[in-house]
Order: sequence, then structure tokens, then C-alpha cells
Amino acid sequence: MEQRLFKTFDDLAQYRKSLNTLNDPNKIYVRICMTGCRAQGATGVRDALAAGIEERGLKDKIEIIDAGCMGFCAKAPVMVIDPADIFYQGVTAEDASDIIKKTLINNKVVNRLCLNGPKKGTKIVHSRDIPFYKDQETIVLRNCGRISPTSLVHYIERDGYSALAKTLSQMPPEVVIEEVKQSGLRGRGGGGFPTGLKWQFARAAKGAPKYIICNADEGDPGAFMDRAVLEGDPHSVIEGMIIGGYAIGSNEGYIYVRAEYPIAVEHLTIAIAQAEEAGLLGENILGSGFDFKLKIKQGAGAFVCGEETALIASIEGKQGRPRPRPPFPAQSGLWGKPTNINNVETWANIPPIVLNSASWFSSLGTEKSKGTKVFALAGKINNTGLVEVPMGISLRKVIFDIGGGIPKDKKFKAAQMGGPSGGCVPAEHLDLPIDYDSLQEVGAIMGSGGMVIVDENNCMVELARFFLEFTQDESCGKCVPCRIGTKRMLEILTRITLGEGRDEDIDTLIKLGQMIKDSSLCGLGQTAPNPVLSTIRYFRDEYETHIKEKRCAAGSCKELTIYVINPETCTGCMVCAKRCPNAAITGEKKRLHTIDPTKCIKCGLCFESCKFKAVEIKGRL
Amino acid sequence: MEREKTDKLQAVIDKYKGVKGALIPVLQEVQDLFNYLPDEALRAVGKGLKVPLSRIYGVVTFYTQFHLVPQGKNSIHVCTGTACHVKGAKKMLERIESLLGIKDGDTTEDFKFTLKSVRCVGTCFLAPVMMINEDYFGELTEKKTEEAIKQYN
Ligand SMILES: Cc1cc2nc3c(=O)[nH]c(=O)nc-3n(C[C@H](O)[C@H](O)[C@H](O)COP(=O)(O)O)c2cc1C
Ligand code: FES
Repeated sequence: MEQRLFKTFDDLAQYRKSLNTLNDPNKIYVRICMTGCRAQGATGVRDALAAGIEERGLKDKIEIIDAGCMGFCAKAPVMVIDPADIFYQGVTAEDASDIIKKTLINNKVVNRLCLNGPKKGTKIVHSRDIPFYKDQETIVLRNCGRISPTSLVHYIERDGYSALAKTLSQMPPEVVIEEVKQSGLRGRGGGGFPTGLKWQFARAAKGAPKYIICNADEGDPGAFMDRAVLEGDPHSVIEGMIIGGYAIGSNEGYIYVRAEYPIAVEHLTIAIAQAEEAGLLGENILGSGFDFKLKIKQGAGAFVCGEETALIASIEGKQGRPRPRPPFPAQSGLWGKPTNINNVETWANIPPIVLNSASWFSSLGTEKSKGTKVFALAGKINNTGLVEVPMGISLRKVIFDIGGGIPKDKKFKAAQMGGPSGGCVPAEHLDLPIDYDSLQEVGAIMGSGGMVIVDENNCMVELARFFLEFTQDESCGKCVPCRIGTKRMLEILTRITLGEGRDEDIDTLIKLGQMIKDSSLCGLGQTAPNPVLSTIRYFRDEYETHIKEKRCAAGSCKELTIYVINPETCTGCMVCAKRCPNAAITGEKKRLHTIDPTKCIKCGLCFESCKFKAVEIKGRL
Repeated sequence: MEREKTDKLQAVIDKYKGVKGALIPVLQEVQDLFNYLPDEALRAVGKGLKVPLSRIYGVVTFYTQFHLVPQGKNSIHVCTGTACHVKGAKKMLERIESLLGIKDGDTTEDFKFTLKSVRCVGTCFLAPVMMINEDYFGELTEKKTEEAIKQYN
């Protein structure tokens, strides 16, 4: 599609009206995820489909849309065929000819590519019937998976940049800020600070120029929400930033993207160039007289750079070390100038709020947490992927109804939220409504949206050790409590998992943790003990069995784990002996089997494979 | 240093002269050029951008992306982020270590592979995951891990 230059608000509105690139009744659209699903071979599928369509001369009738993430990553590669709304999953390049022949030409469904239904042997054909999507509400992900992220035309057709036009043509900056305040939007980067208030501070701050920053560092390992938004709908973030720039009085913005996201950088680069060419970025945007330019900065691998003052130092070309606040970035940020920094998801929420009004947005969610939240479901959960749900929904709904529960019928143990700064929510709190305050009350946090599920085979002491190893590694070293305190905590946790725990260890961890929280310089140190404190709060018994009985009930801490076969329950079926990779299990058919502890490598395969639960985990004592 | 590379190096430095906050992007581009950051290149960057070498060294050693020693032809990034961790990433890492006879962070003697554990590559739904160069390998088992590496041997 040819690029155009919009000189006035009307130009853009007229153009939008003329578009029919997503709903042409004479066309079939094949939307295929070409972002996350690329890791599972989506490119091959798309190429095979395109070749087949070309070969049969169907190019005018069938259009392939290289779309962004559709959320259901567990079933990658996925595609939707419109207008019939047929959802195919686990597609391979070999399936292309069947899809073309059966579905695209003859309007029939290829059964094997459909999702399995809840009852055995049934299939779900339409994406609207899939339980995974049922309780979702999409604001941030409104375009993700629906449009081609590299098409400005698609974005415009789906009301893109109309919020910007509305802002520039009808709303004085103070009114924009008031609208965002009224919406109740809170920062989605983890802190949950009211966005409108932050903008107001930046607008009121003295100094020029002022800067706008988008925090796309997404450091929480186990989270990929921001990645999906940047890859799947980059213009929504750009539009939000331009509106923010206008509101606070800034003409220049930066998007700080972590280096590990090459597709995000690629799509952002394309989107910025498109917006510039179209007169939506740059000088005199849509003839309004407002100028705004945007630059991309790539991170260089440091978790602490997600912290706003460290991020600013990194953009300035320095080591990304945080500094004490105040002064806050609103007063003294990038190059000492007033700066407003928000997270990717926060920015993507702005256009819909401006367009549909604050009261529309605040009608969703709970009293103090408005709108929706995007979560990345990962770990021991069936439907790993991205979900966007209204605030206030229960964790149970997210994990079991949308997330499809725990694989292999294992028992849910906890949801770890907020990554290295967060905590875990155990089964007893599954009915908790998801909002900033309820989560805080139980010792977890909303975080940026990473939700890693762990089951009965995960050891909570080990998990706490893992997070401490992470923060210890990522501590920038500037302040003592974080640099040395986390090291001491890690040493204690490591000791416990190796079976050398001491009686006083739990108390020491709590005391040390509290001290580090109170005295660290930045959010990294102030929150680093959280995973430890929260696992002690809910799983103290696991710590105690490690220390007192030298036993790890999950069988995860190898030094503490000894597998034995219970003679009462062993049927001599030989399954474990066959599975053992090191021939450590002996025994004849229908006779008791035994495990040779000198040969056992503690891989746990026998434990997993025994149908009679005859393989048991014993402690070292 | 080869002539062609010194010219390119100079071009990168010239491009960013006088640009605010240029150090990190310059280092990123220089590393793309050489696959690591050679001593001579860093000296040239310091001179060109008028930044003391000590500050450059500080920045280079702060960020995990930068390397001061030559890297292998193929980079293996094993994700040890939370999602991968709870699904057994450590086993995969150990398997590769024994397969290649190197430790995390090292390069094989023939400079074929550099092995590095990383914290989340953003495809947590495929955990455990590794990346070899730009390619993703997900839902790894020890067997799949071995097979993937063989493709690059
Ligand atoms: C150690 C640390 C890491 C952080 N990492 C991120 C991150 O990856 N992405 C993010 O948006 N915010 C991160 N934050 C929060 C930012 O400092 C900041 O609060 C946020 O970008 C503000 O945007 P928001 O108000 O829209 O949430 C981090 C904070 C700390 C202390
Ligand atoms: S935790 Fe491994 S890809 Fe995210």
C-alpha cells in the first residue's frame, strides 16, 4: 500500500473511512502469528501457504496477514481464518495444502488442526468458542494478532491514531492529563503508580526540554507481555507516547528495548519510519503545530536497567546504576531534565482511554485497580501464553479456566508473580481477586505480569534460591545491603538446599531480608528478599524438612534426595527399570525392584513413571 | 587489524561523533563488526568520542552483552529464566557443558561454539528454551538439545 502524508486531521479521518483492508466481504483472511510462533516454525507455514495460494491463482481472493501474538502460545504455530473464525493450531508447512484445498477453497474444516474440545474426541472449530479466550477482555492486546504489525494501514483502519487526532484537535494538555487521572490507570511496569498524576508532575516541572521514555526493558525472566505488544502492535505504543509528549510538553521520546528482542526492535523501527512518513511523528503532526520525535535505544543486558534511574543512566551511555530518588525523573531525569517514564503496557492503554473516555476504562476492574492486566502464563500450566483479563478476576479463573490447569494432573503449588521482586500465591489464596492491593496483602505483587506456575515437583526453597542467585548476579554493587546482603542470603539458601541447613537459618533469613528491604538504595534491593520471605511465609514446612530432616519433598534438591522402592506397593512391573537411564534399578518381573544408590543419578524418571507410587523420596537422614 | 575493518570502525565512530549518549550504541556496532571488543578498537573509540578508556572499560564490563575476548562462531544461549528454570533448564545446560567440554561462559577451543546462560529470551511458553544464533529451540529434552547442537557442528 502506498504511503501517504496526512496534513490535517480530516485527511486522516477521510483516509480511514476509505479503508477496507481487513473486512472486505469478497476476501478470505488468513491471520497467522509471525512473532512468537516463529520459534515453532511459523515462517515455514506462512511460506508454504503463500506459495500454494499463488500457484492456484487465488491471490486476489485470499490474503495472508502476518499478524502478532494471539496469546495461545502453547499451541504454536496458530492461525485464524476469517470471516469464518476457524482456529488452527500446531500447524506445519505440510498442512498448507490441506488448508488451501479444504478450507480456503471448499469451506471445510481440517479436523486434525482444530483444538481438542473438553470431551474426548470433540473439536473446537471457532476461536470464539475456545475457553482460553472466553474470560479475556482486550484493550492492550486489541490489535495483537488481528493486524499486521508492520502495516500502518491496518492500524489506522482499526481506529489507530484517532486518539492522537482527538487529543491534538480537541483537548488541551491539562484535559488529557485529567482524563488519564480520571481513568484510574496505574503504571503497569510493576510499581502501580497513578499514571495521570505522574504526568501532572512532569508537566508542572520546570526545565526544558522535557523527555518521554518508554520502558521496554522487560527484565522479569518469565514475562513476555511487553515483547508481544511491541512485536504485535508497535503503533499503539508510539501513539500513546506522542499523546503523553503533548500532555507533559515534551517533543522528544526514547524507547528503551532490551537487546534480546530483535523482532520488537525491527517492528518498532519500521513503525517509527512509517509514522514519520505519514506525518504522524516529526514536525507539525497532522497540521497541529505539535512536534514529536522518537528514538530507539537498545539495552545491553542488565536487569537493573529496568529501574528508571538506571535506565536513564544507560540511555546517557553510562553504566546502568540507579541513584537515590528524590529527585524523581519528573524533576530531574534524562540529562538532568524533566522526564516522564512509563512501561510499554501503560503506553498502549492510553489511546483507548482517550478515545473511549475515562469512565469507560474505569468501569472495568476494581475500586483501586482499573482496566485490564496482561499476564504471561508460564511454567507448569497447560495453556502457556498471553492473557488479558479485567482487574479483579480471580487467580483460580486465570490459572484453571483460562490457563487450563496443571499438566499431567499434578497438584498446583503456587503462582509466582512479579518475578525476582515478587512473591508467591499459594493454593489457599486462589480465589483472591487480582488487583494491586489484594496481592500486596498476601505478600505477592502484581508485578509487570509474569506469572510462573509451579507444581508439587518444584521445591520452594530451591525457587527462592534461584531468585536470590538472580538478584545477587544482577545487583549493580552500588549499595552495601544489596551487594553483600543478598550474597549472604544466597549462601544460606544454597546451604539449605545442599542439606547443610542450620536451625537458626530461617530466622536469619527473615532478619536479613527485612534489613535489606529497609536499607537498599533502589527497588532491586528493596524487593530482592521478597521471594524468600514469601516462600517462608507459606512454605515454612519445606524449609524445615530441608533443615531438620534433610529431605526435599519435591525431589528437586538432589543432594537431599534418595529414591527407594516400597516393597509393599511395588508390583514388579519393570517400567521403572526400563526407564532408568543408568541401569540403577534391578529386579525381575513380578518381583520386588531395588535401586542401587551408587548408580542412581537422581533424575527422578522412576518416580515419575511408577503408576503404583511405589517409588518414594527419602531424605538423607 | 585488517584495513577494511579499521575503515568500518572509523566510520562507526565518525557517525556518532558529537551525539549525546553514543557510547553504548557505538560499542554495540563495533562488537557486531569484530564479534568482540578488541583492545585496539576500544582505544580508537575512546579517542574518537573523547571518552577515557577507564569509563569505556566500566561500561563494557557492566553489561553482559559485551565481550572482551573473541567469541565462537555459533553462540548458544541457554535460557535459565524462571519459566525455564522450573522446567529443568539446568539439566540442559549441564548436558551441553558435558557435550562440548566447556563451562557456561566459555568458548570451545576450535571457536565453533560459545556457551552462555541467559535470563529469559521471551519465549517462556516454550520452556525450556535455548537459542543458537538467531534460531529458537523449545520444549527441550536432553536428546533434542544434543540434536540441535549437532546441526551446527
Ligand atoms: C530492579 C527493577 C527492575 C525494573 N524493571 C522494569 C522493567 O523491566 N520494565 C518496566 O516497565 N519497569 C520496570 N521497573 C519499574 C520502573 O522503575 C518504573 O517504575 C516503571 O518503568 C514506570 O512505569 P509505569 O509507571 O508505567 O509502570 C523496574 C524497577 C526495578 C526496581
Ligand atoms: S524464562 Fe526462559 S524464555 Fe522466558
